[in-house]
Amino acid sequence: MEYILIIISAIFVNNVVLAQFLGICPFLGVSNKVQTASGMAAAVTFVIVLATMVTYLIQVYVLVPLHIEFMQTITFILVIAALVQMVEIILKKISQPLYQALGIFLPLITTNCAVLGVAILVVKKHYNLLEGIVFGGATALGFGLALIILAGIREQLELANIPKGMQGIPILLIISGILAMAFMGFAGLV
Amino acid sequence: MAKLESTLKNMALSLTLISLGASALLAVTNSLTLKPIEQQKVAKTVSAISQVVPEFDNNPAAEMFRVPTGEGDSLEIYPAKKGSDIVGYAVKTYTNKGFSGFISLMIGFRPDGSIVNINVLEQKETPGLGAKMVLQGTDGKREFKDQFIDKNPATFALKVKKDGGQVDAITAATISSRAFCDGIQRAYKTLKNGGLI
Amino acid sequence: MNQMKNFTKGFIRENPILVLCLGNCPTLATTSSALNGMGMGLATTFVLIGSNVFIAALANLIPDKVRIPAFIVVIATFVTIVDLVMQAYVPSLYATLGIFIPLIVVNCIVLGRAEAYASKNSVLSSAVDGAGMGLGFTMALGVLGAIRELLGSGAFMGHKLIQGDGILIFILAPGAFIAFGYLMAVVNKIRKV
Repeated sequence: MEYILIIISAIFVNNVVLAQFLGICPFLGVSNKVQTASGMAAAVTFVIVLATMVTYLIQVYVLVPLHIEFMQTITFILVIAALVQMVEIILKKISQPLYQALGIFLPLITTNCAVLGVAILVVKKHYNLLEGIVFGGATALGFGLALIILAGIREQLELANIPKGMQGIPILLIISGILAMAFMGFAGLV
Repeated sequence: MAKLESTLKNMALSLTLISLGASALLAVTNSLTLKPIEQQKVAKTVSAISQVVPEFDNNPAAEMFRVPTGEGDSLEIYPAKKGSDIVGYAVKTYTNKGFSGFISLMIGFRPDGSIVNINVLEQKETPGLGAKMVLQGTDGKREFKDQFIDKNPATFALKVKKDGGQVDAITAATISSRAFCDGIQRAYKTLKNGGLI
Repeated sequence: MNQMKNFTKGFIRENPILVLCLGNCPTLATTSSALNGMGMGLATTFVLIGSNVFIAALANLIPDKVRIPAFIVVIATFVTIVDLVMQAYVPSLYATLGIFIPLIVVNCIVLGRAEAYASKNSVLSSAVDGAGMGLGFTMALGVLGAIRELLGSGAFMGHKLIQGDGILIFILAPGAFIAFGYLMAVVNKIRKV
């Protein structure tokens, strides 16, 4: 039951992008086509789940016992950077077209605040390893959901007549705001 | 000086030296800030305690002890004394049922179980709605948490009126209000478990 | 470019958020009030100056292939210093900014300046660049924070101007997006983009 609560909360009620403001840069940058958005979401999910596992283990078995919790930021971000490198190499081997489509945004997963954010949140919320992984996975699904919704809207937006000053980032932000309002409606779920 | 070549030896050496330097710098900063950070935490606790228990002349923070809640964890209890008599207990309780999750409360109980006052330590509820739980009433304007003053959970039903209790919830913030009650119940139950009231 | 121009380019012409569109996450998350936004901006400025200076100084000792990890270690070090110092001396601001202080390490502005400027310029120029970019960031956060605080709480710099609540949505999540969106629209119009 606890896990269902974690999942629903992470995907809908406290959506990582629309409520917690993490992962905004790729959210605005990679959402122009549903297909690329899905690819990005999948890559981010993979990195987040792995990163959550490794950073949790480092926190519990290295940082806390040695009383060097202040090294958290450095170790976490280095783990994430290494994982993203790994994903890049793997993706290059198994899916060249996706690798090309994601382009510069793939190494930028390292600077996706959602990844580091989730790793830190798992520690802050005192989750155990399994809860942490579930939380990480659910958060990534929430990220994917927000990304794909926005991509769908953007594909429709190309047919609309947008005032010049609003084109580009401004209209995307306002749409995101309305999406965020919609997601606030999920609040009563948990 | 030209840039170092990217040989394996250079790369490893460079990264290792930078990492060691960074770790050393951080270790120094950490040791310098350790004491001020501790002091801030203690000051925060002491301030929270003073606001919720009657006048005392001991050091509740120094006499803190833990009592199990019956749910697998324990709460911090700070005894407030005048001379050798206990005038109250400040209980640091929590709930995870807030609209936005974790809420931390410091509640002052008299030895007879009645509530003196409640201080909200941590909350991330919605501003204008659940966040109103932090407001202290002034003369002429009663706020949500004022209704708990002098109430004894033994006789006061700690549930919102919607759930059959006696608590007036914050308008449009039932979830936050319920969570608040949950926190108080946890504190009361713990004090009873410890045989303190 | 002389140092004065170097310093002020981050204010308007190359403002990290309003023009370069970097650092969106803290922009949305920490601007519920002007002071919170500026606090975030100043913390980031400290990291920017520190990391720019160290990276410029060590630039020749960092082989090209490991430059990103090396930059990250330097930046993370300064972020941790800011984190510890703020925790010790400004605990309420620290509690408000929360997770966004450690997240300065993935703020694209910081890594971006390290890569684009500090690794290729002198220590002095890099320090000035860091300061200018950081202050430009702080100013933009202050403006957005002031707008949201005024509309959402009816307050300015912490002093309430009206009784009761303002248009609450502006200090909540959707309001951040919408206020930022309109601000960007106005900026784009002024720049005739």
